[in-house]
Amino acid sequence: MNTQDIVSAVEAVKAAILANEEHIESLDRAIGDGDHFINVRRGSEAIVAMKNELLQHPPAEAFKRIGMKLLSTIGGASGPLIGSFFISMGRELEGFPEPNAKQFAAALAAGVDAIKSRGKADVGEKTMLDVLIPTSRLLVRMAGEGSDRETLCAKLKQEAEFNMLATRDMIATKGRAHFLGERALGHIDPGAKTSQVAVFAVCDMLTEGAVR
Amino acid sequence: MKKFVNDVDSLLQEALQGLAAAHADVLQLHLEPTFVSRKVHAKKKVALISGGGAGHEPLHCGFIGKGMLDAACPGQVFTSPTPDQMLAAAESVGSGQGVLFIVKNYAGDVMNFQMAAEMMGQPCATVLVNDDVAVERSTHTTGRRGVAGTLMVEKLVGAAAEMGASLDQCKALGDRVNSRTASMGVAFTSCTVPAAGRPTFDIAEDEMEFGVGIHGEPGRRRGKVRPAQELVDELMAAILGDLKPAAGTEVLLHVNGFGGTPLIEQYLLYHCAQQVLEKQGLKIARSLVGNYTTALEMAGASLTVTLLDEEMKSLWDAPVHTASLRW
Repeated sequence: MNTQDIVSAVEAVKAAILANEEHIESLDRAIGDGDHFINVRRGSEAIVAMKNELLQHPPAEAFKRIGMKLLSTIGGASGPLIGSFFISMGRELEGFPEPNAKQFAAALAAGVDAIKSRGKADVGEKTMLDVLIPTSRLLVRMAGEGSDRETLCAKLKQEAEFNMLATRDMIATKGRAHFLGERALGHIDPGAKTSQVAVFAVCDMLTEGAVR
Repeated sequence: MKKFVNDVDSLLQEALQGLAAAHADVLQLHLEPTFVSRKVHAKKKVALISGGGAGHEPLHCGFIGKGMLDAACPGQVFTSPTPDQMLAAAESVGSGQGVLFIVKNYAGDVMNFQMAAEMMGQPCATVLVNDDVAVERSTHTTGRRGVAGTLMVEKLVGAAAEMGASLDQCKALGDRVNSRTASMGVAFTSCTVPAAGRPTFDIAEDEMEFGVGIHGEPGRRRGKVRPAQELVDELMAAILGDLKPAAGTEVLLHVNGFGGTPLIEQYLLYHCAQQVLEKQGLKIARSLVGNYTTALEMAGASLTVTLLDEEMKSLWDAPVHTASLRW
């Protein structure tokens, strides 16, 4: 994986999020405050706009710059959470100019850990972590086993989808929806939905063969 | 959505330009990153910096000036500002006596201010405001929201800082004011976030959201609209149940409009609340009525009670010269 792949992944995620605008917005209106989509869109547009700058750096530096840019662009709770995610991934990839699947999986796990500690949250709290934690764990395990890309991506998508849907039956204990108590039951968490959309976008891009 | 807008993406910047120009004697606007500071920086004092999503005007930018805040960092509408804004504001207004961040208890505000504090090169402390009793205390949540009671913290600590209180003293006072302040609101209509273009929540003509948040977040429950006195009775029961004031205590009563409720109704609410407080043997020593912590055009209001002592009364009375609060 190189920085071009990262940029392609960011573009794929941005396109997928825009395509899911209606769905994400309606989830956020139900149990959030209606600005999740706008914030994520603003962030992904800012990253796509800095594409040429990113391409001049190895993945570690590119991830750190993406993190800092998101931190100063998104705001809300997503800014520090997603910003910390990319900054930690960058830190983890230092010394790997072309990380392989295993190194990338380890970096992703470190990024997810950063979200956990910044947000003081964990699985089962009806947040994006309900998708990100199991999916990144599965990636670490399968990358270690040397699975082929098609199988890996199919499994990752399945895991993300299943866990995103599972947030419907959770009572939120973190995030904006936690103010709602039982009233959030029956609604999928918007952050979990966005995360699932991102996992699908990256997996689809990977299996289309654009990445070495 | 019918709103005065040129371009949704530039709304905040254009509004801030208007605010700074309209109050050019008090305020100065800084862009990239965005923050608003006092026109004339105070000499040698603890710098008070607040911030939060836009859409709650006049909170926070309207409270910058002598006797209150030194700077405020506005985020996008209902979206917390970012650490680079806070760092730039602290750099600009800090005078070596330390920086106090006044932060409403929302995950986004808390995390962004936390990251700014971690990156700061000067002493700083944070007062977390969590006056909204609609969110009951629970180990399962990030706790109560910070709403209209934030103004009480900003005013009282602002006065103390102006008189030369240290960072530790300002922090302790802020925490004390917060612990003696409780609020709760009710809404009849939703607001519309300009970038979203449609109401945040749907609500029937005859319904209200009880315990609503200042972003239109749902509260304790949804119910049929009832006479104002009954609503005030219920709000006050929650507020006083939390504060548990001793009979004879002097209080500050703040009726805050959310942006879509006229003053005639707010004064009616004040009258209703006064009945309740007097019945409980409490004395309203200070009061404030108006749109101070708004939620765009949401119809509704919140009540805030702060338990006063002599020191807090004199800090409340201390001169203040900001765009939206001055005496």
